Amino acid sequence: MPDPRPPRPNAAAAAAAADVAADPTVLHIDWTLCDGRGLCTELLPELLGRDEWGYPLALNRPVSERSNVPVQRSLLPAARDAIALCPRQALRLTESAKLTRLPSNGRG
Amino acid sequence: MMDAAPHLPVNTSAPRGTARLFLAAGTSFAAHLRAYGALPPTLPAATRAGAGAPADAETVIEQLRAAGLDGRGGAGFPVWRKLASTRSHASGRGSRPAVVIANGSEGEPLSRKDHALLSLAPHLVIDGLLLCAAAVGASDLHFFTTAELAPGVQHALGERPDARHVKVLVTPEAFVAGEATAVVNAVERAVSVPRDHVLHLSEAGLKGRPTLVQNVETLAQLALIARFGAEWFRSIGTEQEPGTRLVTVCGDVATPQVLEVAGGTPLSVLIAAAGGASAPVSAVLVGGYHGAWVPAPALDTPLSREALSPFGAAPGAGVVFVLSSARCGLETAAGIATYLAEQSAGQCGPCVNGLPAMAGVLSRIASRSRDPPLPAEVARLADLVTGRGSCSHPDGTARFVLSSLSVFASDVRAHLASTCEVHGA
Amino acid sequence: MDEALWAIGRATGIVSMVTLTLAVVLGIVTRSGRPLPGLPRFSVTLVHRNLSLVSCVFLLVHIVSLFFDSFAQLTLLDFVVPFFGSFLPFWQGLGTVGVDLLIAVVVTSLLRNRIGLRAFRVVHWLTYVLWPVALAHAIGNGTNGTSGWFLVIAGISTALVLGAVAWRVSARFIEFRTVRTGEVS
Repeated sequence: MPDPRPPRPNAAAAAAAADVAADPTVLHIDWTLCDGRGLCTELLPELLGRDEWGYPLALNRPVSERSNVPVQRSLLPAARDAIALCPRQALRLTESAKLTRLPSNGRG
Repeated sequence: MMDAAPHLPVNTSAPRGTARLFLAAGTSFAAHLRAYGALPPTLPAATRAGAGAPADAETVIEQLRAAGLDGRGGAGFPVWRKLASTRSHASGRGSRPAVVIANGSEGEPLSRKDHALLSLAPHLVIDGLLLCAAAVGASDLHFFTTAELAPGVQHALGERPDARHVKVLVTPEAFVAGEATAVVNAVERAVSVPRDHVLHLSEAGLKGRPTLVQNVETLAQLALIARFGAEWFRSIGTEQEPGTRLVTVCGDVATPQVLEVAGGTPLSVLIAAAGGASAPVSAVLVGGYHGAWVPAPALDTPLSREALSPFGAAPGAGVVFVLSSARCGLETAAGIATYLAEQSAGQCGPCVNGLPAMAGVLSRIASRSRDPPLPAEVARLADLVTGRGSCSHPDGTARFVLSSLSVFASDVRAHLASTCEVHGA
Repeated sequence: MDEALWAIGRATGIVSMVTLTLAVVLGIVTRSGRPLPGLPRFSVTLVHRNLSLVSCVFLLVHIVSLFFDSFAQLTLLDFVVPFFGSFLPFWQGLGTVGVDLLIAVVVTSLLRNRIGLRAFRVVHWLTYVLWPVALAHAIGNGTNGTSGWFLVIAGISTALVLGAVAWRVSARFIEFRTVRTGEVS
């Protein structure tokens, strides 16, 4: 049976926010590749829940951080595991400082 | 011919009033030159040389900064910053040459302004494209337009010696095909769907090269600024919304049409200019299907970013869709939401699943289902899809749907009681 | 000595076949996106991977021990080119085909994150050829291939794999399939 777990307030994630550096590493989700297989949500339960269709949902994050999810240092090894094991290769780590400072691409 | 420096006084031969973009007596290059004169002479030379001479590039970018021109494709981002970013990424050591793409795809079904511009003033757009190429040092130029307009654009390019290297591409008629990464995808892989990106296109776009995608109206405005200066540009409009802007006034008005108006023109003036509303206005959808509603009591709101932000709206691509009180806003909104759900490129799970779900619940409200939790469910789904796609389609659709629930809130209550403020019981 | 090599060759061949079977079944479970009782999704993936590698190790011992077994009369050529063997060339050749396919599948799996998803997936589908070929080799070439107890193992393995494949092609195979309204391209 599908197991839609609604995102729950996650005290651990909030407490770990202090662990996020000023220029944190972010976990980028390529939604065009993601198939919602759920391995990343098992390996990073502090960071990611699943929506009702199985796709990863960043917990307690503003909408601007749902595709580039800040990862605190203590979770970096788990994030690397998630990247290596993602069946769709839909994840990667990047420095948030390297992210675009321009807003998301519009219609030119 | 005037100097290109931004601080010079207004050229007396420059166009006066709000009629700026459609002054040529015909679509020929000769008519274009008669109306506007030639481009400032140094820049086309720089274009031919491939990389733009630094002084010229700086001039264009500084002028645009002084003019305060924002993008007219929808996002409304300052044009000079996109140019400066593309230029800086194309000019560093080991960097690759930039690409410039004119975006005339106009995937927004309500908008006709790019169509009008390309039909009547293609040479202004080409001028702007060449100027951008010179400013960012690009030799690879593309012109993206619809199947209907492509022959005209191709003809216009062929008329002038400085634009024969521009490649014309035809866009499919799909809502998301005009999104900037979809445009780049279309040029690179002949597939007009948005693509995943971590870096902005100005850093890594077409085949990883710095890529500048500009809406065709933006390019036309840029061509005028290069000729007549920033101060001239600002002589019309407001401090925050300088210059003119093309708007498509449509929906329940006497004569739906494309208008060139001063920045910051109130919505009521736009409606009157289109012959007035056909019945008392209920609300106006500003910015297109990814926009938001402005309710009738606020029709004196100017078409400006600042004034529209309380409604969650923005001038966007200049769409003003008038809904009269003869039509049910919720039924209209449900129809638009259903259309937007169908227009998902089908790539991202939250969009593919979330948009039809959201449109479905909105449709149930529109069809007067007596189910009190429905509005909360729409809001939940709208939040769930936002920020979770490779383009802004889920975000824009969610914004539109939430705006519909909020502006037609009293009608939502009526519908939940199996009645309707417009159609009655 | 030959007796020992032969015994090792037989035993490792059988173990390799059994672990390969389990790896195939777990691979199908992995694709479904579902966890197993007590085994989260990433563990299913890891066990699938590790069982496959264990199978490879036993296969290697199987091949090497039989190479040094004078009775089997294997040449280096038989490791890669099928159907030239001196003893039961067809059934032994199937083993060689299996080894070739396995090398392709394993190498693309280890390089999965570099070669891209499409190449990985296309080559990985070869497993559906590899497994029956390996089983046929075991039955046709194995000293115990037609022994009752081995046929029981082969029968159970076949039932497991066929059952998993039937589940694989069924409508409810993918987790969340029933709640997803759209197919992501």
